[in-house]
Amino acid sequence: MKICVTAKDTGLEAPVDPHFGRCKYFVMVDPDTMEVLSVENGVSSASGGAGVQAAQQVIGEGVDVLITGSVGPNAFSLLSSENVGMRIFSAGSVGEAIEAYRSDSLETIEEANSPGKPGK
Amino acid sequence: MRIAIASGKGGTGKTTVAVNLALALGSAQLLDCDVEEPNCNLFLGFGLEKQEDVLISFPEIDKDKCTLCGRCADICQFNAIAALPKSVMVFPKLCHGCGGCSLVCPDGAISEAARSIGMIERGIDESFNIELFQGTLDISEPMASPVIRQLQEHIDDSTVAIIDSPPGTACPVIASVAEMDYCVLVTEPTPFGLNDLVLAVAVVKQLGIPFGVVINRHGVGDDGVEQYCQNEAIPVLMKIPFDRDIAVLYSKGTPFVKQMPEWGSKFREMYRDICECVSSGVGV
Repeated sequence: MKICVTAKDTGLEAPVDPHFGRCKYFVMVDPDTMEVLSVENGVSSASGGAGVQAAQQVIGEGVDVLITGSVGPNAFSLLSSENVGMRIFSAGSVGEAIEAYRSDSLETIEEANSPGKPGK
Repeated sequence: MRIAIASGKGGTGKTTVAVNLALALGSAQLLDCDVEEPNCNLFLGFGLEKQEDVLISFPEIDKDKCTLCGRCADICQFNAIAALPKSVMVFPKLCHGCGGCSLVCPDGAISEAARSIGMIERGIDESFNIELFQGTLDISEPMASPVIRQLQEHIDDSTVAIIDSPPGTACPVIASVAEMDYCVLVTEPTPFGLNDLVLAVAVVKQLGIPFGVVINRHGVGDDGVEQYCQNEAIPVLMKIPFDRDIAVLYSKGTPFVKQMPEWGSKFREMYRDICECVSSGVGV
């Protein structure tokens, strides 16, 4: 099981970044072993289509669940087509986000909840 | 002769200058390149006829031929294609239509489809001999430049073409101004007008187009714009006063040269100055 939390910094103490496409880091956590791996979002400053690129990166990492504040329509269609679960958590640390996920208290993102950039 | 009417700041009077200049000259083309909010025809009231749709191409992927190599997604600078482990997804509105993806596809799986992002309309006025072309970008479409470029294909270089540019300093402005012989920058004498004028001047200098300034609502604000033009040796082509009669005509959608014939000669004089500048190459 691999959970990805969008964050402003690396590690479990890092504050969650509520913006998916342009977050600074993806913090990957295995909730069973609490093994943590932080990777930089390669497109945090892309001029356009950041969500599309970020979604490909997350999918490429083999993530099962994404925890973030909001996902735009393009990224949503990519993530949902690959069956990546999406949960809302917009304020707090990465560690707190993982705890909230474990206690099953996070709302599921059922459709794109940020306007993002037009795609389709 | 191709003259662009541009500005950094919005609402300075580009359309006012473009429409009045066209009417003062007569026998001219007017191209409304502010395709997100075309409004020249509010002053003119011509009957418009649709000329054509503006089409832009985007990739269509043949799933049977695609081997999921991902090269199309790698080459796309606009992230319009996403390569996933089991599929490829296209986002047409992010696509700029360059065709790079179909060139790099080793399997011949990509063909170009077209979709409409806007349209071009035309209207003419027999008495002034004005031909108006108006571009309109569809709602929710992010790219104005293709509409502007297609609009400019209607320019007839045997006559005078006046281009009403969108405000700002980004892609749609470059698309409007880049191929012009001269650029008129319309500003107002306020710190806001000056701030955005300085940005617009940097753009036209970069493009290497000769330019001059029209100060609209002259009499309000301060003398910062005039000081700046003097220091930079930028010609001030015209000052339109902050005048009640002009404002009333504007509020009714009446181009003021129609009611104030003395302004017709001022606009024609400005045109002569512009022609002189273009033919002498001074002022670049």
